[in-house]
Amino acid sequence: MLELGQDEIAKYPFLADAGQYLKDKGFTLEQFGTDPDLKQLISKAFERIQVAADGKIYNSDLIGNQVSKEAALPREVFSFLLAIVLLKLSGMHTLIKRFALAEARRAEKYLEKDLGNISDESKNQLAIRIIDNLFLVKIKKSDEYFIIPVSDYLKHSINFHEREWKLINRHVENGQVFLSPHETVRLIRKELGTYINSKIVNAKTPTMIPGFEDSVNKLVLLSKKFKTFTVATGEHPPCIKHALEILEKGENLPHSGRFMLATFLLSKGQTVQQIAPLFKNAPDYNERVTLYQLNHLAGTSGSGTQYSCPSCEKLKTQSLCFVTSECNNIISPLQFGKKKQ
Amino acid sequence: MKEIDVNFLEESFKKYYFEHSELIQVLERASEREFGYQKFNSGMIRHLSIKDDKELHLLCMQNIPSDIYCSNAYYSFPNLPMNEKDWKEADLIFDIDAKDLNLPCRENHSISICNECNKISKNSGKCDNCNSVKMEKKSLPCKNCIDSSKNEVLKLSEILINDFQINNENIHVYFSGNEGFHVYVYNSQFQQLGSRERSELVDYFMFKGAIPETFGMKKFKPNRLFFSDFNQSGWKGRFSKHIFGTKSKRSKIISELISNGYSSFQKTLVDVSQNIGVKIDPNVTMDIHRIFRLPGSINSKSGLTKTFCSDLKKFDPYTEASFLADDNIEVLANCPIEFKLKNRKFGPFFNEKVTVPRFVAVYMICKKLASLD
Repeated sequence: MLELGQDEIAKYPFLADAGQYLKDKGFTLEQFGTDPDLKQLISKAFERIQVAADGKIYNSDLIGNQVSKEAALPREVFSFLLAIVLLKLSGMHTLIKRFALAEARRAEKYLEKDLGNISDESKNQLAIRIIDNLFLVKIKKSDEYFIIPVSDYLKHSINFHEREWKLINRHVENGQVFLSPHETVRLIRKELGTYINSKIVNAKTPTMIPGFEDSVNKLVLLSKKFKTFTVATGEHPPCIKHALEILEKGENLPHSGRFMLATFLLSKGQTVQQIAPLFKNAPDYNERVTLYQLNHLAGTSGSGTQYSCPSCEKLKTQSLCFVTSECNNIISPLQFGKKKQ
Repeated sequence: MKEIDVNFLEESFKKYYFEHSELIQVLERASEREFGYQKFNSGMIRHLSIKDDKELHLLCMQNIPSDIYCSNAYYSFPNLPMNEKDWKEADLIFDIDAKDLNLPCRENHSISICNECNKISKNSGKCDNCNSVKMEKKSLPCKNCIDSSKNEVLKLSEILINDFQINNENIHVYFSGNEGFHVYVYNSQFQQLGSRERSELVDYFMFKGAIPETFGMKKFKPNRLFFSDFNQSGWKGRFSKHIFGTKSKRSKIISELISNGYSSFQKTLVDVSQNIGVKIDPNVTMDIHRIFRLPGSINSKSGLTKTFCSDLKKFDPYTEASFLADDNIEVLANCPIEFKLKNRKFGPFFNEKVTVPRFVAVYMICKKLASLD
């Protein structure tokens, strides 16, 4: 575990052992529910969640890299820990997700500052160690850049859909990718969110503590705001339409195209018997082989694995994507035509 | 394929397996790899475990496979079903095939065979004889096909070495036995990457998905100072060499690029990917569970051997990958294209009985352009 100084815990409260921290400071959870001075911190914790639910980053009492006041430090950490208690008591997963993401964004700001800190080598090293310990990404400093092995970079960058993150749009040299402090931290955003999320999910849920009920009830109300309903138009995306046209014309659809079409239609609930006739016009059509392969994809034969439809990204690489404006930045053909209401 | 032809090919292949067993070797860490094979007119048998050369030679002699395959992946249990194998890592593999290079020469040495009536014609869309659309394309690759494929291998190696710091000794190039080359990369940082990560690498090699900003072209208020230059590493340098040609032209071309605008630049990127991108088969590199033709085994599409190329520039597949005997065989040949094997020209043959060396008979029968019948 990392050795953390006073202000580091305030910046990265998710690294602290919550129970131990409270004990060290000489508090119990019950005290926060009853002591009028401490009770304000519950409101602060609620506020912290509310800000996160709105998709914003909690505006901290920390100024720059320093703690503004002696007293602000414990307040920062307490409000984080109490927020987790409230979230656990409410049991609202949508809020936990949003909170974890917002806290990750908040920590990101500090990590970025620490990485870019040229005057204080220890801050710099701490940020590098946090990234290494938590996410197994080995970064090294090289002038004003941070360099990271291409393989490590790819493991994280594949989660991004913006083209600037594609390896081709990066400075690659000697098996390393060159990143600015901002990009380095941005690269692990999802994992940071996942890490904080799993810490919350894995934390024990306490029994209801007197004095916490109001805030918990308010959270349950708040989470209702985020329920969404989707409707689907039922129309096929252009990649699927294109594949169907090729087959209709009796032209050859490559194996990868057949895989896409079959997995797409299976996911949409069609049966192997409904899908098989589509391939009749293929130049190398063989009924036995087609049925065997479709059953394999559906998971009804062979290993039992159900194959899923490839992502848009993969289809682009395979030259099977025929994107139109109607695709609306979806990341899988299965999302085509679905609208949130 | 007719039984008489299958028997002839099996007899020829068996002789090869027996006489050239020194060429048929398992890859390193064989016991962690999956093996598979096919017999003529039959399906694939895979999920096999073979631990050394001896076991492999036994399989060849007992089964006389038409093709033998071995995984680039390493597993804890290679002979179990796919989801129980416990995948550990996989060598990075690239497939470069002349048929994917869109070469103008292809038309001269490609024909189509109708799957319904076996009629051979130049028309690839529809059979002249029975109007069937079930046509199988066959090509007898020429020197230009092989040279162009070699050029792609060189482009690929240059990126592997310069951008990814792969040692030359860890890049093994093989002639596939038919129309292209397989490039194996051993002991790289990419061994443990999954399919999605490998697909990103594919786009990098193929120059797919590049954005104008990467090369210095901004959407608003583009500034010529940010444009990429010759001495830069990676794609910036390669793109600059291609687009500017010479240093003296750089300034003028940048002015043109800026005045043509952002979307025109985007189009340029797509266009140049055809020239500077490496033409690899993306599906092969992305697949981490595939089995590949085993080096040293015969490719039943041609009767030629998948051969290691120690000196790619000098390598001539039509002399160095042909290992079958040269006793005389009479075949009925319908091979309208001239071809060269072991420095001798053969064909064109128009539905005629001809006597040719065994390696030529096998080549044509494998291409479905001749029969013993």
